[in-house]
Amino acid sequence: MIQVNGRNFTWEDGLTVQRLIELKRYIYPHKIVRINDRIIQEEEYGSTLISSGDDVKVIHLMAGG
Amino acid sequence: MISDEVRTQSNIISEYRYTTGKIDKGYNNRTLYVNVGTGEIREKPVTQMMKDKLIGGKGFGLWYLWNAVTPETRWDDPENEIVISTGPLGGITQYPGAGKSLVVTISPLTGMPMDSNVGGHFGPLLKFAGFDSIELQGKSEEDVIIFIDGNEGIVKIEKSPLKVSDSHLIGEQMAHVFSENEEDKKNVSVVSTGSAAEHAFMGLLNFTFYDARRKKIRMKQAGRGGTGTVFRNKRIKALVVRFRGVNRGLNNPVNQDILNETGVKMHREIHENDAKQNRMREVGTAGLIEIMNAYDLLPTHNFKYGSHRDASKISSEIFKKMVTQNMPDGCWYGCSLSCAKAVDNFELKTGPYKGEKVLVDGPEYENAAGLGANLGIFDPQYVIEGNFYCDTYGIDTISFATTTAFIMECFENGIINREVTGGLDLKFGNREAALELLHQMGRGEGFGKIAGLGVRRLKQIFIEKYGADPGFLNDIGMEQKGLEYSQYLPKESLAQQGGYGLTNKGPQHDEAWLIFMDMVNNQLPTFEDKAEALHYFPMFRTWFGLNGLCKLPWNDIVPADNKKEADPTKVPGHVRNYVSIFYAVTGIQVDNDEIIRQSERVYNLQRIFNVRMGCGRRVNDRVPYRSQGPVTVEEYESRAERYDGQLLELAGFDPEGKTTAEKMAVLRKYREDQYEKLIDAVYERRGWTNNGIPTIKKLKELGMDLPELLAVVEKLQ
Repeated sequence: MIQVNGRNFTWEDGLTVQRLIELKRYIYPHKIVRINDRIIQEEEYGSTLISSGDDVKVIHLMAGG
Repeated sequence: MISDEVRTQSNIISEYRYTTGKIDKGYNNRTLYVNVGTGEIREKPVTQMMKDKLIGGKGFGLWYLWNAVTPETRWDDPENEIVISTGPLGGITQYPGAGKSLVVTISPLTGMPMDSNVGGHFGPLLKFAGFDSIELQGKSEEDVIIFIDGNEGIVKIEKSPLKVSDSHLIGEQMAHVFSENEEDKKNVSVVSTGSAAEHAFMGLLNFTFYDARRKKIRMKQAGRGGTGTVFRNKRIKALVVRFRGVNRGLNNPVNQDILNETGVKMHREIHENDAKQNRMREVGTAGLIEIMNAYDLLPTHNFKYGSHRDASKISSEIFKKMVTQNMPDGCWYGCSLSCAKAVDNFELKTGPYKGEKVLVDGPEYENAAGLGANLGIFDPQYVIEGNFYCDTYGIDTISFATTTAFIMECFENGIINREVTGGLDLKFGNREAALELLHQMGRGEGFGKIAGLGVRRLKQIFIEKYGADPGFLNDIGMEQKGLEYSQYLPKESLAQQGGYGLTNKGPQHDEAWLIFMDMVNNQLPTFEDKAEALHYFPMFRTWFGLNGLCKLPWNDIVPADNKKEADPTKVPGHVRNYVSIFYAVTGIQVDNDEIIRQSERVYNLQRIFNVRMGCGRRVNDRVPYRSQGPVTVEEYESRAERYDGQLLELAGFDPEGKTTAEKMAVLRKYREDQYEKLIDAVYERRGWTNNGIPTIKKLKELGMDLPELLAVVEKLQ
């Protein structure tokens, strides 16, 4: 299990940031991703592995209206 | 087109000559008062108190309106005013988004003060003509136009020579009449409304600007709350300003260098980042359609659902092919964000202008989401057509869409039928019926004329005349305080329910848009977090409306290093820009806290104005249940897994083996209870009583313990 934006999410072996974004259908392009408070650059989404127990934040910088 | 002889006809009812002046640090220090009933035209001084406590824009508008009306004033009384104001930063050309005007009036929909912001060139040209605001009061007995010649220093009320009644023609003809040649049209801006505003309560105001590359008159809209209805009720056909000589220094800022440097930094940021962020220069706000759909937030079928399989048919990729690309589409000089997209040479398929090729401003997100998804009509050509006719008829697209969606749900539930609608088959998805309803509104006939009264009055009519269930209509009628909801589905975000419900003017998203912060990012887990957001963001956003600024350059583009900020959602880099340019123009040094206090003063004034008009209390802040949760069985069952999970995890109720009706009842009680707790937390954070009345202590802290405000709130503490 991992935390994604403070909510439980099932972890799977080999889970990358890119895969997590696909699973969560986070299509909005302008996001900030942090794993345990470390910022992950967009070009690293595909290669960055998420470990079981990690605290992941995917902050959508969408302010609308 | 009006013949040139009309230009020379003398139809002057009243004329006033004034000395043109020079703006000092963003202020003319005077405003213009025009009474179309008596013909009185005069100047008024801007007092130091107004500048200190109200700043400009909405602040000035509310103050003038407060002093013009009484608690008994209705929207169509002569004493009601329309006040149009920029603000101290309005008209600067160095920083993006500085051409906004704020329109304030007593609304026919809500009976309370309405504020609506709008682009176009009128506000800045009015300011350069010598006035920080214009007040329009009285009622004329005949159609009039008001003309302000900002170079000669003349204001006139004239009999209207116009034979046309729709805004795209009024704008063109007035620009022709009041300019000497094509080149001169850029110096003219026209405020008008269209034929539907004669009858409908949701009439808007169009503000023109001349697009020099297209050589066309274009329009931006003060959409919300029926400002156009008041305008036509006063029998004003057009309000025109002309000023020749716009240049970068007219505001006479105290520090031109800071203004230039901050602007250059911002333009560079937009140039480098917009294509990677929100693509405002490519698609404008319409880019939100597919995103809202993906996150189950795009209202479909009268806010029943948040997504639809056909949403891709009205996605930004479709509209991108329709809007003209590579145009600098700013609605005021210097706005490189350029979100004011337009469709050129669009051939109309219906209505009085059928077969004509026209320019359509938009579509913006609200047009596509409202006219399209919320009515179940996923046809981009129809969206553009509806967009054009709403604008030129003077109809607020948002109110039209939300009202029509409500009508369609009533129709599909058998509450009304073809006999009631005059034969219109107003089912979801029927574009022909939706457009005919709009044309009827324009003509002021048939069921369209009734629909133009808006959701609140339709509910009464359907209950009283057709025996509808009041409970069901109040649940599905997406209005609050009399204003129709704008086009975001707030069901799954308690903070956004408050973002709509705990507003001053009614459910418009320009105060707080917290769906992603709350629902997706989960950054507001506690009531205190939500209350803080529902304090900070409405106040921060209010500030744009005090200064003549557009909100979009604040957070629809952000610095590349914004992610490193402690609170990136506030876009601190841009807040620093606003602190800089406020100082650069006015010479007044503020910080972020003072920005919030400036807004709080005006926000509390507006709240007390609502109280004075008989609203502005807790009961007025409650919302229709459709905005909080599933009203119908099919709504619940369409997202049963989500709702069942919430019952178990949040409400402590095991849904196993329960009927949908049982589960819906428990969920409703839970969600309504949550909203009440949210109200408690927000009122406390804002310094209001448990009934939503600003406390005397709070007013004293803000320096807003003015005798006329205290007289309203003292007996309600």
